[in-house]
Amino acid sequence: MVVIRDIIITGLLLGGIFALVSVGLSLQYGVGRVMNVAHGEFIMIGSFVTFWLFGSTIHLDPLVSILITAPLTFVIGWILHATLFRRLMDTSPTLDVFEGKSMLASFGLLYVVQNIARIIWGSQNYQVMYLNRTVTGAQIPLNRLVALGVVIVIGVVFYIFLARTRMGKAIRASSQDPTTAGLMGVNINSVLAVCFGLGVAMAGIAGSLLSTLYAIQTSMGLQYTVIAMIVVVLGGLGSVSGAMIGGVVLGIVSQIVTYFQPTWTLIAYYLVFILLLLVRPKGIMGK
Amino acid sequence: MNIKRLTPARWAASGLLLVVFIVLSLLPTLTQGYLVTLLTDILRYVVLTVGWMIFSGPTNYMSLATAAFYGVGFYIAAVFNGPLPFVAVIIIAGAVSFVMALVVGALTLRLRGVYFAIFTFALTLMVTSVVLEVERVVTGTRGRFVVTESTQTAYYAMLIVTIVTLVMAVLIRRSRYGLALQSIGQYEEAAAHSGINVVLTKVMVFAASAFVMGMAGAIIATRRTYIDPGIAFSLNTSFWPVLMALFGGMGNLVGPVIGAAVFTYLGELLLTRFPDLYMLIFGVVLILAIAFMPRGIVGLAEQVWGKIRGGRGAPA
Repeated sequence: MVVIRDIIITGLLLGGIFALVSVGLSLQYGVGRVMNVAHGEFIMIGSFVTFWLFGSTIHLDPLVSILITAPLTFVIGWILHATLFRRLMDTSPTLDVFEGKSMLASFGLLYVVQNIARIIWGSQNYQVMYLNRTVTGAQIPLNRLVALGVVIVIGVVFYIFLARTRMGKAIRASSQDPTTAGLMGVNINSVLAVCFGLGVAMAGIAGSLLSTLYAIQTSMGLQYTVIAMIVVVLGGLGSVSGAMIGGVVLGIVSQIVTYFQPTWTLIAYYLVFILLLLVRPKGIMGK
Repeated sequence: MNIKRLTPARWAASGLLLVVFIVLSLLPTLTQGYLVTLLTDILRYVVLTVGWMIFSGPTNYMSLATAAFYGVGFYIAAVFNGPLPFVAVIIIAGAVSFVMALVVGALTLRLRGVYFAIFTFALTLMVTSVVLEVERVVTGTRGRFVVTESTQTAYYAMLIVTIVTLVMAVLIRRSRYGLALQSIGQYEEAAAHSGINVVLTKVMVFAASAFVMGMAGAIIATRRTYIDPGIAFSLNTSFWPVLMALFGGMGNLVGPVIGAAVFTYLGELLLTRFPDLYMLIFGVVLILAIAFMPRGIVGLAEQVWGKIRGGRGAPA
């Protein structure tokens, strides 16, 4: 029983992180149709900005640094969409072509972002030492618990934003039917840019939290991109609540497999992913 | 079908092609070393890019499994080269990739658009980690050593595979399968209703494109002494052919060939001049190419040519 309890607890904690890593990508694909392969690179940027602020003379608390990484990454994402992806949208004859091109362009971004980071920070491992102790009888690492708390807060805030605000309504409308949304007076270009920016900002926040949990290096991005892709497909492409559920499911799967054979974790991710694509490509929450 | 009359211009083009191939086949007797290696590398990307285009060009199914089929070639070469003759190894590598693509193709029939791209992407990653795990458990090592072949042998092998690929691409384009593929790309249901065996066409052409990728992998593997899953199944191998095809232009076969040649040469140039900035510049070039040359370098050339000739014959 203790084993099952521990698997569920660590699975939930990990699932929360996975969910946060993936929500941004779900938003970018769900609304903007950009399968952003560079998603993980913005997580890396978030991690390194946090690390840099933490190590600098102001010794900024990683949780507080979210207030810097989130707006910073939002602006990067907004600019990227307003320039690069908008241009691709204008030059692509169909949505399929745009999806293909934007995926490739984001692959180019992956190179650019990762190599700029490598020039600045090199290729060694870093770690932000923060809340490195365990609590309660189940020996839950405090930093993971805090991270899960932040994930839940962000999830709730984001949900309220989508459900209650004018911008949230515009985003939901655009994800359902961009043309009609445009006819109803929604400024599609600005909504898409804000969405992409929000997606990148989610990655930045995830990066800030991840830097307190794991060692970070400039090549860390791709592994998170892959996890995000799996989770997003698991939950249903474009479904934000699906990404949350998918994250938890993958987190628990990961902990079960890790318990039996740690080296099979990655294979299990891909296997879940491939089986899911074959059996139910729409995902858990897909329509 | 794309049957055109044999105009003088087409005679000249065929003649030019013949001259190019004669020069390419005589080249190793004239020069040695770097140029031959560089050409082998360029030909490899020509094979991968044209191979990718055979299936993904007309159908709009973006396959990112190139690295999987290519990497399988690496491992076939690592296991069999030495005990078996080089030619047999290359053919086995192609055959194994072919069979693998048949299975993958049959599994992914229901997937469209971005799902197909993600699936093939995940497949490559999964093959990488499975091979890594198998090696860890069975051999207890990370990588393998490969019995090498000489620069010239590899070059000629690659040249032959390139010709095979190009001939195959032309034949498929000209045949009814090429037309079938195009109609699948435009409207799959309509294609099925007009009597095309959609399943068979897609799977067979996908497998054919994997065949040449596997062969290219086996040849390149013999130019390296050591391989591991990270090298064999590098994601770059999946993305670069797509970029090269886009960079060159997907309208005809000349585009991908030019794209592969220019990109590979550019890559080498950057790698030697700016080793630190290499990937960064590469990324920037790539983004700019996608953003500003929607019809590739060939499309751009046609546009410029159209302007020079005074605006007649605007590009279609």
